[in-house]
Amino acid sequence: MTEEEIEKRTLELLAEVCDDEVVYEERDIDLFEAGLLDSMAAIEVLVGIEEAFGVEIAPTEVEREEMNSVNKIIHQIVVRALA
Amino acid sequence: MSFYLQPSFFILLAVAVVPAAVLGFAGRRIKYYGFVASLFFLSMLFGRDLQGFLAFLFFVVLAFGVTRWELASWKRGQKSMAKFYVSLAAVIAPLVIYKVGAVFDENLLGFIGISYITFKAVQVVLEIRDGLIKELSAFDYLYFLLFFAPFTSGPIDRSRRFSEDANRTYTAPEYADLLSRGILLLLAGACYQMVFGTICHHFYTPEAFSADHSLLYNMAAAWKDAFAYGFYLFFDFAGYSLMAMGASYCFGIRTPRNFRAPFIAKDVKEFWDRWHMTLSFWLRDFVFMRFVRSATRHKWFKSRLTCACVGYIIDFGLMGVWHGITVDYIVYGFFYGFLLAATDIYQKKCPFHKKHKKDTWYKLVCWAVTINLVMFAMSIFSGQAHIIVAGLIHG
Repeated sequence: MTEEEIEKRTLELLAEVCDDEVVYEERDIDLFEAGLLDSMAAIEVLVGIEEAFGVEIAPTEVEREEMNSVNKIIHQIVVRALA
Repeated sequence: MSFYLQPSFFILLAVAVVPAAVLGFAGRRIKYYGFVASLFFLSMLFGRDLQGFLAFLFFVVLAFGVTRWELASWKRGQKSMAKFYVSLAAVIAPLVIYKVGAVFDENLLGFIGISYITFKAVQVVLEIRDGLIKELSAFDYLYFLLFFAPFTSGPIDRSRRFSEDANRTYTAPEYADLLSRGILLLLAGACYQMVFGTICHHFYTPEAFSADHSLLYNMAAAWKDAFAYGFYLFFDFAGYSLMAMGASYCFGIRTPRNFRAPFIAKDVKEFWDRWHMTLSFWLRDFVFMRFVRSATRHKWFKSRLTCACVGYIIDFGLMGVWHGITVDYIVYGFFYGFLLAATDIYQKKCPFHKKHKKDTWYKLVCWAVTINLVMFAMSIFSGQAHIIVAGLIHG
């Protein structure tokens, strides 16, 4: 899987969980502060990532600051999936 | 002796902090002393309660045994799922037996702090299975379970975070900062609990609806009691949590916070991100997460939203049952489960919400609705709703 594919599928996943197409545009905003994600929805994202890429990220493994924007989430998946 | 309630506890705590501070300022690890101090405080806690002490000892031996057994299997690379399931069942069993026993007024295997020690033991068993805990010394495990400051009622710490703090040494300025914050937290917590909590409790006088007054009067009085209880519970429990945090800080352990201005929440999901946070996060990470993951893998639901909603109901239903197997607590838990599910559906499906969610007036309305729902839930939790409903039924 290439980085572009990961990006595309992550965006689809986030758009579905956040229920907002704005994730395609605003890739660096804090999703929690913007009210697009809450802690329960973040779990849905982690499970979605596992399902789509086979990458397991436990909720307590990564600090929220390292996974609070679209680009940071993509980065966390890329470093694991392409490692 | 009860922790954080009696003057004798605070005097002993002040004395016990002195050696911890000496070690802290000297740049030495506090954990070995912290362990001895914890054993002392636990012996004071169980005091003359021999039955409780034996149940506690049984739990610790059991949890220690199965956790070492599971960890050894994972370290060898055998990763026996059978051992994992046996370990999980073993650490949960005493709490379940205790809660079921309580329904029949029997104290089976119960002791002060059984819930909170169970949360911690379960977390370790689950994280060994997930490969997150690869190494955990016998000492660090016991210190994590037995550390006295959050022993009776939380906040619920996590083992990897706890061990990191226990094993680090602080520089003198770092420890000075930690100690001063610890003392401030202890004072603030005592003030919350003893001053504000007591004042709020004074206004809590629940009673059944009286035929001598109008319905409106009765409802207003019930509303006042629900709010009084809600604020009382907040100041009492948040105060206790601050003191537990403060005492932990003095021993170099940065126990996580439990409350973050819960009554400013604009929806009930946000409320649970702010209220008894270490419990709701624990349930989120270990119950909700596992449910959503199994459901997704086995494709139990067509939509992600349905899956999340069922997850909320299970997560919070369990939270209610955990408080106790009584009608009030079970209704309380499921009330929140359904409320969170309804909130999620509303926020995702309602165009009106999406259009106005950033408007100030809309946020104010959401806040007002939320705090009233929260206080209504408080009236279920406190048993006030039960009194009123029973009063209406029996006239």
